[in-house]
Amino acid sequence: MAFAGRRDAPEPPDFAILKRLARDQLIYLLEQLPGRKDLFIEADLMSPLDRIANVSILKHEVDKLYKVENRPTSSTSDQFCFLVRPRIKTMKYIADIINADKMAGRSRKYKIIFSPQKFYACEMVLEEEGVFGDVSCDEWSFYLLPLDDDIISMELPEFFRDYFLEGDHRWINCVARALQLLNSLYGPFSKAYGIGRCAKMSYELWRDLEEESESDSQGRKPEIGNVFLMDRDTDYVTALCSQVVYEGLVDDTFRIKCGSVDFGPDVTSSDKSIKVLLNSQDKVFSQIRNEHFSSVFGFLSQKSRNLQAQYDRRRGMDIKQMKNFVSQELKGLKQEHRLLSLHIGACESIMKKKTKQDFQEMIKTEHSLLEGFDIRESTSFIEEHIDRQVSPIESLRLMCLLSITENGLIPKDYRSLKTQYLQSYGPEHLLTFHNLKRIGLLTEQSPGETLTAVESKVSKLVTDRAAGKITDAFNSLARKSNFRGISKKLGLIPRVDGEYDLKMPRDMAYVFSGAYIPLSCKIIEQVLERKSWLGLEEVLRLLNGNEFSVTESAGEDSPAWESQRIILTVFLGGCTFSEIAALRFLGKEKGYKFIFLTTAITNSARMMEAMIETKA
Amino acid sequence: MSRARADEEEYWHSSKFRAFTFDDEDDELSQLKESKRAVNSLRDIVDDDDDDLEKVSWSGDPVGSISWSIKETASSSTSSLESRDSSLQKGYSSYSAFPKQASSYSLSSLFKGRNKLPSFQSLSDALSDTGVKNYAPELRRPKAEYKDYSSDWSPKDTVRRMQRGKVCSLERFRSLQDKLVLLDEAVAGHDGNIITAVLIFLKRTLRKEILFQELEVRQVALCHLIHFLKETGEQKLLLDLLRFLDRTEEVALSQYREHLNIQDVEKRREFLKGCIGLPFSAEDTSHVQDHYTLLERQIIIEANDRHLETAGQSEIFRKYPRKASILNMPLVTTLFYSCFYHYTEAELSALQIPDKQYVLTALAARAKLRAWNDVDALFTTKNWLGYTKKKAPIGFHRVVEILQRNNAPVQVLQEYVRLVEDVETQLNLATKYKCHDVVIDTYRDLKDRIQLAAYRCKVERGSAEEEKIDSILNNTQIRWKN
Repeated sequence: MAFAGRRDAPEPPDFAILKRLARDQLIYLLEQLPGRKDLFIEADLMSPLDRIANVSILKHEVDKLYKVENRPTSSTSDQFCFLVRPRIKTMKYIADIINADKMAGRSRKYKIIFSPQKFYACEMVLEEEGVFGDVSCDEWSFYLLPLDDDIISMELPEFFRDYFLEGDHRWINCVARALQLLNSLYGPFSKAYGIGRCAKMSYELWRDLEEESESDSQGRKPEIGNVFLMDRDTDYVTALCSQVVYEGLVDDTFRIKCGSVDFGPDVTSSDKSIKVLLNSQDKVFSQIRNEHFSSVFGFLSQKSRNLQAQYDRRRGMDIKQMKNFVSQELKGLKQEHRLLSLHIGACESIMKKKTKQDFQEMIKTEHSLLEGFDIRESTSFIEEHIDRQVSPIESLRLMCLLSITENGLIPKDYRSLKTQYLQSYGPEHLLTFHNLKRIGLLTEQSPGETLTAVESKVSKLVTDRAAGKITDAFNSLARKSNFRGISKKLGLIPRVDGEYDLKMPRDMAYVFSGAYIPLSCKIIEQVLERKSWLGLEEVLRLLNGNEFSVTESAGEDSPAWESQRIILTVFLGGCTFSEIAALRFLGKEKGYKFIFLTTAITNSARMMEAMIETKA
Repeated sequence: MSRARADEEEYWHSSKFRAFTFDDEDDELSQLKESKRAVNSLRDIVDDDDDDLEKVSWSGDPVGSISWSIKETASSSTSSLESRDSSLQKGYSSYSAFPKQASSYSLSSLFKGRNKLPSFQSLSDALSDTGVKNYAPELRRPKAEYKDYSSDWSPKDTVRRMQRGKVCSLERFRSLQDKLVLLDEAVAGHDGNIITAVLIFLKRTLRKEILFQELEVRQVALCHLIHFLKETGEQKLLLDLLRFLDRTEEVALSQYREHLNIQDVEKRREFLKGCIGLPFSAEDTSHVQDHYTLLERQIIIEANDRHLETAGQSEIFRKYPRKASILNMPLVTTLFYSCFYHYTEAELSALQIPDKQYVLTALAARAKLRAWNDVDALFTTKNWLGYTKKKAPIGFHRVVEILQRNNAPVQVLQEYVRLVEDVETQLNLATKYKCHDVVIDTYRDLKDRIQLAAYRCKVERGSAEEEKIDSILNNTQIRWKN
């Protein structure tokens, strides 16, 4: 695997300061309401908060902690502090509490801390509910949560639906501010690339902020040299595929939340669940997270044999040696033992679940869809999946994959699959199908090409308008995924003779068993190689363009700077562990270090769930 | 499907993909099991204490974590954190001494000219460091200072100031022209929060028809208003807007959506009835009609069965009490329910359902009740000569799988294993589910002496199967291929 001219990837910068900044600001904000108080925390904020602070830190002047939920409170504290996301629903909940207090003639002090920022619409609700003057509002600019050495999450899963389905630009400001913060701490970035409308807007807003803040970053040696922004809708295919690298499988099977996972009794082989942090600190996990699942067993058994051998050394030790062993090595071995048995348990549980689910047949169907073979057969597989009432989310995912790879379903299939879906999983999914159509994930092919010609003409007219942006309505109609064309142009389906050795991968395709190179990662690879979009015109046309590449500062051409090989990749709308694994692989091959900034970690299930309507 | 199986086999064997399987018998798993055994055998050596384990509460959250603590508050709302956490508070006395320094540094000015920030070990370390105030969070001045009463800002500056969180009065944008310029500036600024803020202002100060008309040519702003109306639940205005835009299908769907918020089934049924006339697409109209019909049937079934169940007269309800109400369940679930409790009744015909879905569901229901005769009848067809034949709209390997999941006896199972068309799939299933007869017969038919001899050690010593194998192996009539 040694390649000529291969450079070692540079070390990532230290992101611990981000946690400290967030924590210090929160403490400061809590102090702004002096005295004892009860703190109400939004459910979504609890896990991120756990990663930067703990109870003892919050205890600072906080009496009791509550979860924000629809239940009247019985608290007797005379000061309430709410730590919330800026949501209309939450505002009504808070207003109800305040109004109930008013009715009861009770006076308290109220404070709302919005994270990561406050929205005008929220203040409007407070005003309408008649509580505007009764609360003080503040913002906790907690934009960035480092989940690992190279992953930073904004923890905004709603970004995906808000922007891509509803066309709401409310989170773009947060992205721009996150970039500004990272640029001020680890920049200045010398080069920025991007693709997608949201990427473009985020970039522009960030530049606006930079110009205004006039921070003098001149002459500073940057730690991160390049930034690459990408909209999730540039590549839905990758996010829809079943994940088969270990970290991805763990996410698909158990749901990793804020970098930690709850392993249930089936994994721990005891009656309790264990919460485990999954990151590079975990000596076992860090060695298997990026591996194809099939390589994991071998690794684990090797590891357990080594462990056994190390324990076996005890035999024949004299007292002194034994004392040494206990004081110096035992703790490490025990830790390793604990981790090893957890990951073995997780593997077993994954195997059990996947065997039950016809996983192999499903993977085969996915590969056929990616390659464009046996479409009929894949369609009937999906149909049967629906008829057997297997997971509703999986069925949706497979339909979307079929639709995107085929540029929409043929009308006959669309109707019949939709009907069967509604019969198997409930008629209210009518709304889900409507959403999927609007976002462009599950569409019906139009009967003739004539209509498409009109559409593209109209959309061109709309694009040229002074108003600027192509309309969302037209966008979803006119937008074709063109996956086949793109796949061909970029060679996403590797043609290799013989067996694909998953233990010694030759390209990023290993993250999908050698069947497919993730499109998002391939684009990044190509642009970094060319240091521009030149030569990718045809691909860009198929991807609906919206690309940019800007050199920020002069003198970036001193290649000695390691920072030039550190790339901040920004995924707007979420990124998957498979993509992270693929880019880590690319980094090792080419001597890059990728830092992942994502609005949230995502996977196919989260994307599908975001499309389902729930009661208010 | 049998063809698919064969293809699959070929695919895994011939293609570039490693035949990585999720099968139980796989080497990989046994490898895994071995590792597990090895690790478990070490347990008694290491399990003496858990000192390096995180303290974990019964729910799995580490003790001291925020999620844990909130659950604690919920379960014992009287005890305060203070009393409970004393053990966790080592060193936090220093914390109350947090100096309330009033720093005027802003976040952006903090990082000027710094390239490497020191990382502090702990908060108390940080506090003793004199340089630390540089890293204090942005300390806000009172809001009043930001307020701006002069109100002379251009639309662009207004948008900009709002973006920076400064309070700006919009009241002076009174002419339509001014309002629209402001809106366009907000859209150009890419900040959805500001776009919505301007829209709230326009909504308050413009007649809705005028606003709608202007939004029709401003799609980005339009999306924001629609989303805002959805979130605030201003359904009436939303419908007016969609009607104005002639988006009739969305009008229909948006109204239909409201049924999700209706708990009472009778009210929900009435509501759905009203939805049937809404301007859906032709296809969706029939789906909504079906939704109404389904709920109507479910209400009847539910009333009837609840009565039967409480009366305690019906054997099936006594033997298998209902786990949940059938109300609001999908059609297929309703069918399953009916096949389970009302198989012989005419009620079933009221549910229109495609053949495949019917067979799969009925099979699962009858198999669960171990009504093997019904299962048999489900697949038996008579041809015009009166011969019976087994046919299924789904692959027989699926039938086997469903039967097996319901613990069908081997006699039943092997009858269906025999019906699997593809020999290899058949053999795999027969081996997996220990249908010895099928395996033995198949090897005999394949004239595969070696495999048959090998299978001999998988059957029980001195069993009828072993005898059968021996008699076949001793049969001199058979021309073995090996």
